[in-house]
Amino acid sequence: MVATILFYVFAGLAILGAVMVIANRNPIYSALSLILTLFALAGIYVLLMAHFIAIVHIAVYAGAIMVLFLFVIMLLNIRIEEKAPGAFRYMILIAAPMVVILFYELATVVFKAFSRAPVKQTNVGSVESIGNALFSQYVLPFEVTSVLLIVAMAGAVYLAKRRLNTVKE
Amino acid sequence: MQVPIAHFLILAAILFSLGVLGVVIRRNAIVIFMSIELMLNSVNLTFLAFSNYLQNVEGQVLVFLVMVVAAAEVAVGLAIIVAIFRIRETVHVDDIKLLKW
Repeated sequence: MVATILFYVFAGLAILGAVMVIANRNPIYSALSLILTLFALAGIYVLLMAHFIAIVHIAVYAGAIMVLFLFVIMLLNIRIEEKAPGAFRYMILIAAPMVVILFYELATVVFKAFSRAPVKQTNVGSVESIGNALFSQYVLPFEVTSVLLIVAMAGAVYLAKRRLNTVKE
Repeated sequence: MQVPIAHFLILAAILFSLGVLGVVIRRNAIVIFMSIELMLNSVNLTFLAFSNYLQNVEGQVLVFLVMVVAAAEVAVGLAIIVAIFRIRETVHVDDIKLLKW
């Protein structure tokens, strides 16, 4: 019963944050709303007995990625987004039905099929089982991700340090 | 009374749809990146729901890899946004229509 209430509270917070991300015109408010969504999702991960992933999720997203977002927003001193000019203003008339169709398609697939509740007594989400899988069967993808991170870091540093020719058209 | 797995999947579908909506209607490149993060997170939620449903640890490993990809994508994407801002002094995607200038 408590898990049910917690699920709906966290789900409501996640959806509220997601709506505020795309509804706010000020990108700083969008970033703060995204933090709300990420924390609510961490709570839902705990309800799914994925404790390790929940902790890593908070550390990586709220701790690293959102700091990066806020840092860039404040670095760029972005003005508040004004009303769209011209034909772009009517993009939401296409986007909203498209999103409704997409959601309907995604939801009908799952609505009847998976009626079982999540398993409570489980060892799948523990640090031990994830570590066992990550360092035995999935050790090659795990190492490849380290190469990916090195490449991304080098690319970001190169893009930030490169001397740009600021010729305007 | 327990929440069935389907509700977790529907929450993921709602979040993914909101992410798509954000990518389509917003013009600030940083907010578009946030919407992409939203979509990645909904995929993570789906992975974890199925990991619990099937009692299989592979879903959790994949969530780990998705997080790494998200971190790399944000680092490179924000570096590109900063580079574009240094040249064009805007991050609105309708001002940055040309691939080469």
